[in-house]
Amino acid sequence: MPKNSKSKNNNEGKRDFLIISTYAMAGIGAASVAWPLIDQMNPAADTLALASTEVDLSSLEEGQAITVTWRGKPVFVRHRTPEEIKLAKEVSLDDMRHPETDEERVPNEKFIVLVGVCTHLGCVPLGQKSGDVKGQYGGWFCPCHGSHYDHSGRIRKGPAPTNLEVPSYKFLSDNVIKIG
Amino acid sequence: MSKSKFKNPVVKWIDHRLPVFSFMDHELNHYPTPKNLNYFWNFGSLAGFALVTMIITGIVLSMNYTAHVDYAFDSVERIMRDVNHGWLIRYIHMNGASFFFIVVYIHIFRGLYYGSYKAPRELLWILGVLILLLMMATAFMGYVLPWGQMSFWGATVITNLFSAIPFVGENIVTWLWGGFSVDNSTLNRFFSLHFVLPFVIVGVVILHLVALHRFGSNNPIGIDIKGTQDTVPFSPYYTIKDLFGLSVFLSFFAAAVFFFPNFMGHPDNYIEANPMVTPAHIVPEWYFLPFYAILRAIPDKLGGVLFMFGAIAVLFILPWLDRSSVRSSQFRPIYKIFFWILLLDCILLGYLGAMPAEGLYVILSRIATAYYFFHFLILFPLLPYIEKTKPLPLSISEPILGGAATAAAMATREKK
Repeated sequence: MPKNSKSKNNNEGKRDFLIISTYAMAGIGAASVAWPLIDQMNPAADTLALASTEVDLSSLEEGQAITVTWRGKPVFVRHRTPEEIKLAKEVSLDDMRHPETDEERVPNEKFIVLVGVCTHLGCVPLGQKSGDVKGQYGGWFCPCHGSHYDHSGRIRKGPAPTNLEVPSYKFLSDNVIKIG
Repeated sequence: MSKSKFKNPVVKWIDHRLPVFSFMDHELNHYPTPKNLNYFWNFGSLAGFALVTMIITGIVLSMNYTAHVDYAFDSVERIMRDVNHGWLIRYIHMNGASFFFIVVYIHIFRGLYYGSYKAPRELLWILGVLILLLMMATAFMGYVLPWGQMSFWGATVITNLFSAIPFVGENIVTWLWGGFSVDNSTLNRFFSLHFVLPFVIVGVVILHLVALHRFGSNNPIGIDIKGTQDTVPFSPYYTIKDLFGLSVFLSFFAAAVFFFPNFMGHPDNYIEANPMVTPAHIVPEWYFLPFYAILRAIPDKLGGVLFMFGAIAVLFILPWLDRSSVRSSQFRPIYKIFFWILLLDCILLGYLGAMPAEGLYVILSRIATAYYFFHFLILFPLLPYIEKTKPLPLSISEPILGGAATAAAMATREKK
């Protein structure tokens, strides 16, 4: 009975379509219910609201550094000496792992602003306090796995893959910056 | 219907409607178990004991703990000083984690030595590896809760591992943290997951036991049970043996809890977490050290992470990597040597994980990591083609009773 078997085939095709579209709709439904449960783990509105910090640099003398908190992370601000600025600008970029000029990283050459988190596995490098080890390049040194950063926060030696991150910030006046 | 085996009318009434007593009688009392099991077969029940201990002490600790960055450290110190018996409960929980890993690691190496992962016990083994992974996640998150320096920086370093994932790594890390660094949101979710994961482990343990009871325990000579002459009922023979093993285990455990409670911990974790200062030398808990050594042995960030997770992933496929049909190492003269090399290799990796990543330590870590993967990926599949195994006994009873005892001969002998 060819006619009969043909109509059976048609029914099967129709049934497959119904089954597949039911599963697809159920899948979309399940995913849309799951999303709020997953997304609730992302930063909440109040966490995002604390995402900027203002810093007054007027009392920061040449050669001094301060650490401020921004988004729960330390941010390093250092008032560089003329020699340090000279060193940071004149060094050759040829053998750097992550070549960036000092001008790209420091808009106001006196004040360098960096996220104080080693790009390797997230430790806080040393070099902010006067007695700290500053590493072979005079900038910062991460004690966890031995990364050396220079006066511009660039990785020069050790396992860290990239330079210390420069947060987005702007000068509100000559001596006040807003980070974030 | 057959007559009930229970005399107590209440038990009989319940069992007729809900056959839990029949089930327990079948699985814990009559359950036929190979009669040649040695003391290495105690570690499964010890792991179960450790799990229950951790859950009970964990529940009572949670009644006194505060999961908030400003209070967590102080609430743990309050448990240690002011809460009645708090010091005891916390030291049991803290050392319990270490002892749980000790017995589980011995349990795993037992399985490796006697080939307990081979057909038909592949799923039993895989469920076991899954339990190990869940234990690691639970232990890692539990270590964050006291909010000491090692808690905080351990959490920072380990969650940062996910930043090695290409493209979405940073987003995943922010999602895991619930912020831009390890902070209150992170502590809260870790507490929540640390509380619930042990119950997930209980669920997987139940599946592990269902799979175990399907074919019964493997045994030191690794051949199948041929008949009842090869087995004894679980109770009283192995209930007593397990209880004796438990009392020995408890002696060691009590010695640690009462005399060396901080031996396996790190003093830096008694300093409250400070997100602005990293301790000079960050080390994970001892049971993660071999994996930490593998992570640091690879000079590439993503590569290190992949190899570290790969070290566990090879265990999942081990039943198919090992091409030898002989289970027990007693009959595999070459593999037996390599087994001990693997054990020493893992201990060496553990030592190297605790050392600073510099100089000779890095070179040794690379050699030890290379051996680990060589053992699983090359030795296991290829060794059976070279190795000449020793002849297997005809039955479990034969090596004990001697002669050419076949199953049939044994049966007649038992009748006499």
